[in-house]
Amino acid sequence: MLANIVIQFMNGLAGASSLFLVAAGLSIIFGVSRIVNFAHGSLYMLGVYLAYTLVEFFGRSSIFGFWGGVLMAALCVGLIGVLIEIVVLRRIYRAPELFQLLATFALVLVIKDAALYIWGAEDLVGPRAAGLRGAVEIMGKRFPQYDLVLIAIGPVVLGLLWLLMNRTRWGTLVRAATQDREMVGALGVNQSGLFTGVFFLGAFLAGLGGAVQLPREPAQLMLDITVISDAFVVVVVGGMGSIGGAFLAALLIAQAKAFCIGIGDVSIFGTVFSFSKFTLVVEFVIMAVVLVVRPWGLLGKQQGVQRGAFMVEPPLYPLNQTFWIVVLAIVVLLGLIPFGGDNYLLVLLIDIAVFALFAVTLHFLMGPSGMVSFGHAAYFGLGCYGAALALLKLKLPMELALFAAPLAGGLGALVFGWFCVRLSGVYLAMLTLAFAQIAWSVIYQWDAFTGGSNGLIGLWPSEWLKNRAVFYAFALVLCVGSILFLWRVVHAPFGYALRAGRDSALRADAIGINVRRFQWFGFTLSGAFAGLAGGLFAFSKGSISPETLAVSRSVDGLVMVLLGGVQTLTGPVAGAALFTWLQDSIARNTEYWRAILGLTILVIVLAFPQGIAGFTKQVAARIGVMRREAV
Amino acid sequence: MDRRSWLKLSAAFGAAMFAMSGAQAQDTIKIGEMNSYKNFAAFLEPYKKGWELAVEQANASGGVLGKKIEIVSRDDNGNPGDAVRIAEELVTREKVSFLIGTFPSHVGLAVASFAKEKKVLFIAAEPLTDKIVWDQGNKYTFRLRASTYMQTAMLVPEAVKLKKKRWAIVYPNYEYGQSATAAFKQLMKAAQPDVEFVVEQAPPLGKIEAGAVADAIAAAKPDAIFSSLFGPDLAKFVREGQTRDLFKGVEVFNLLAGEPEYLDPLKDEAPAGWWVTGYPWYAITTPEHKAFADAYQKKFNDYPRLGSIVGYATVQSAVAAIKKAGSLDTEKLVAGMKGLTHSTPLGNITYRPQDHQSTMGAYVGKIGLKDGKGVMTDWYYADGAKFLPSDADVAKMRPAE
Repeated sequence: MLANIVIQFMNGLAGASSLFLVAAGLSIIFGVSRIVNFAHGSLYMLGVYLAYTLVEFFGRSSIFGFWGGVLMAALCVGLIGVLIEIVVLRRIYRAPELFQLLATFALVLVIKDAALYIWGAEDLVGPRAAGLRGAVEIMGKRFPQYDLVLIAIGPVVLGLLWLLMNRTRWGTLVRAATQDREMVGALGVNQSGLFTGVFFLGAFLAGLGGAVQLPREPAQLMLDITVISDAFVVVVVGGMGSIGGAFLAALLIAQAKAFCIGIGDVSIFGTVFSFSKFTLVVEFVIMAVVLVVRPWGLLGKQQGVQRGAFMVEPPLYPLNQTFWIVVLAIVVLLGLIPFGGDNYLLVLLIDIAVFALFAVTLHFLMGPSGMVSFGHAAYFGLGCYGAALALLKLKLPMELALFAAPLAGGLGALVFGWFCVRLSGVYLAMLTLAFAQIAWSVIYQWDAFTGGSNGLIGLWPSEWLKNRAVFYAFALVLCVGSILFLWRVVHAPFGYALRAGRDSALRADAIGINVRRFQWFGFTLSGAFAGLAGGLFAFSKGSISPETLAVSRSVDGLVMVLLGGVQTLTGPVAGAALFTWLQDSIARNTEYWRAILGLTILVIVLAFPQGIAGFTKQVAARIGVMRREAV
Repeated sequence: MDRRSWLKLSAAFGAAMFAMSGAQAQDTIKIGEMNSYKNFAAFLEPYKKGWELAVEQANASGGVLGKKIEIVSRDDNGNPGDAVRIAEELVTREKVSFLIGTFPSHVGLAVASFAKEKKVLFIAAEPLTDKIVWDQGNKYTFRLRASTYMQTAMLVPEAVKLKKKRWAIVYPNYEYGQSATAAFKQLMKAAQPDVEFVVEQAPPLGKIEAGAVADAIAAAKPDAIFSSLFGPDLAKFVREGQTRDLFKGVEVFNLLAGEPEYLDPLKDEAPAGWWVTGYPWYAITTPEHKAFADAYQKKFNDYPRLGSIVGYATVQSAVAAIKKAGSLDTEKLVAGMKGLTHSTPLGNITYRPQDHQSTMGAYVGKIGLKDGKGVMTDWYYADGAKFLPSDADVAKMRPAE
């Protein structure tokens, strides 16, 4: 028994090392540049692939060949990081934080397709480490020699990073920039050089984290997404920007996983509870608990506000008459389409309407309420499942079942929101992600009720809605109505209170607004309408699966909002339309549609840092100024 | 370029476009194909080559009903929402006669539900879920590959022969792994009542902590292991298990592990002695298979994987169904698919009228090492028809049409 515990403890230590390397890199980059680098998992993946190629090149059977290959791979990834910093990120340090997130997401798409192009689709199983192929005997159990090395690498890198940060001038500058980068610039430090250096270090650590996994982890194209979510969790649990915290969190999560596996099935009061299944979600449960108890992570501190980078959003003006006329014209035009267009256009437009509503609800949170959600798909998905279960289990007619959608979405948001509004910024976003993942894993595993990973099928609308044109009209009325309602709310007293709370919580509090409660209700309202979008989605597709509340759908929502521009009300609608249309049309014409989508997003990000709608607004304002000047 | 040559060029272009659209409308039969090419590229690239070869051969021999076959292929992003949208696009805009393809079970089920609602024939190529033909089967959906239940049932006779009492089970935590485990336990208990399942590990798909899982299994001291891991999870489990001596003196059964897609990446670490289902393309000598393998290698300069067979046979089924129906009318096609028998590289298969499952089998054998590569040895072909539940059981599971 003791031997089993010791071995699982050692497994946990070995698993923690590489997780720590990746998370430390992510944390350092965030600390200085305030960029949440979504592409960090992609850098890890490149580390594994490059190590595979380079170790083969240097000779897999020699010790020099193996470690030389691993180090070279990490260096190469570091240089790729430098390239990314110089070509893309340097141009958008002044853009809103979320826009930087969008740019790094585009990089994920591009890097994935690049890896597919270079290394192909097949999984590449790397060689075992030369000289460390065997195992050692520990308490009568065999433990891989290589894992002992891994156990050592974590603390060694932690120590080296500590020396670098605390005993070198460069490290001092990095720490200073983490505190106040404007001041560091004012004191004559070459900021861009510093940033590039930090990016090299962060990317190098991600690459090293990947490369050392070569003997344990086959190189494959899903690694990027798998790793980035783990790394985010570690960084947030440890406290953003804290390297020691990242180490502690990596250790905690890896140990929790190893022990869940070691415990296996436990029978509690006659029901068997499988801890090994719990590994699906254990890190997110840990993150949720840590964030609820310690809002800035285990060793994190509240981040100082960045000077200059902090941008007060321009106020939203009351919607004027011209605006309503334009909206009315567009709606009428959309209403006429069934009389002219082909059937598939209607299908596409239903998707666009549903996702536009989804994006508007997310924007309602991100914009007027000032709460960024990384897990908004949870409410969309709960809406899907609410409607589906009302139809299939309660045998309600479809029209009534649709009511269950906003109910389920709203109820989920009511519960999760109560915890989330207690936090702010990235921590809030990560807590929404944690809740979304927990909801996802429950639905994914609850076979008897939710259909498990297969989902639920046979969710078709009532007879009178079966005609595509009729369903289109139905969806259009509901989506447009909901969107207009949410826009109206932004300009109602409720919306003013939300915006006041976002712009200055202290002042809002002073005039008697209970900011937290308003945020909580705002969160719930947004969740309810996201749920409605989900319900419509379920009936338009006839089937749903846990993917409706997976991370990728939340990310899609973020991309839509950011593409359109977070500062305008209409932006998310434009973003949803563009994103859905791009995905549909590009995917049909090329095998490498991910890369094309990524490059398109990058171009948009670099060309219009305010989003599409923000850009048109700027242009309109400029034209207005010119006209006035002409008069 | 002057104006006249512009005119000429555009006239020629217009004529060409007209000719092309005319040709499409008249001379081809369009079949809609969709799959998660990007999500499961290792399996689906060979699959695509497989159907390309089948289409080429069908058209070279004159097509069907005097027309050429044209496949309109799309990536469904491995998610049901996109898959249904693409299915609608294929049916309404491309006007395809019916649908084929799909890989993951939830996508297959979503398209099956779409097929039932819109009354379109759908030949599910790859999804392994038992539900697509049983619990959630429908009139318009047929499935080619041997399902999770069938492949598990193929391994059980070998497992029973060993008379091992203490079994450990490891499976990816989603429907395929759960079904395989449930089927294995049920069939083993029926065949060998004293069997004990001493430990169950369900790592998340694609995220196995292989070392910890191997140690947890070893701690339970099993006589044998039943696994349904595949892909990177399998590779990690094999390596960690070997380093930790998990497999010494323990018999291991692993669904799918003999498929070249999953066996070949293991190279010289392929676990010799494991019982697996798979596809030993290098050793099959039947004339049907030889003709296929030769043509495949000639066209692509690469050896066939199991995916190649699936892609090839799916199009063969489609062609045979059209031939038998003699028309592109959905109801006639569905009637034609019921009980359809045709030849494939693995031998003749029949789509059973009672549940729309084809009798395509799989190869059962042991992994061996040859020239630093994993191969299947002592293998035999297990005909799918022999590993299906009784008609009464099927009727109980499958909803009435």
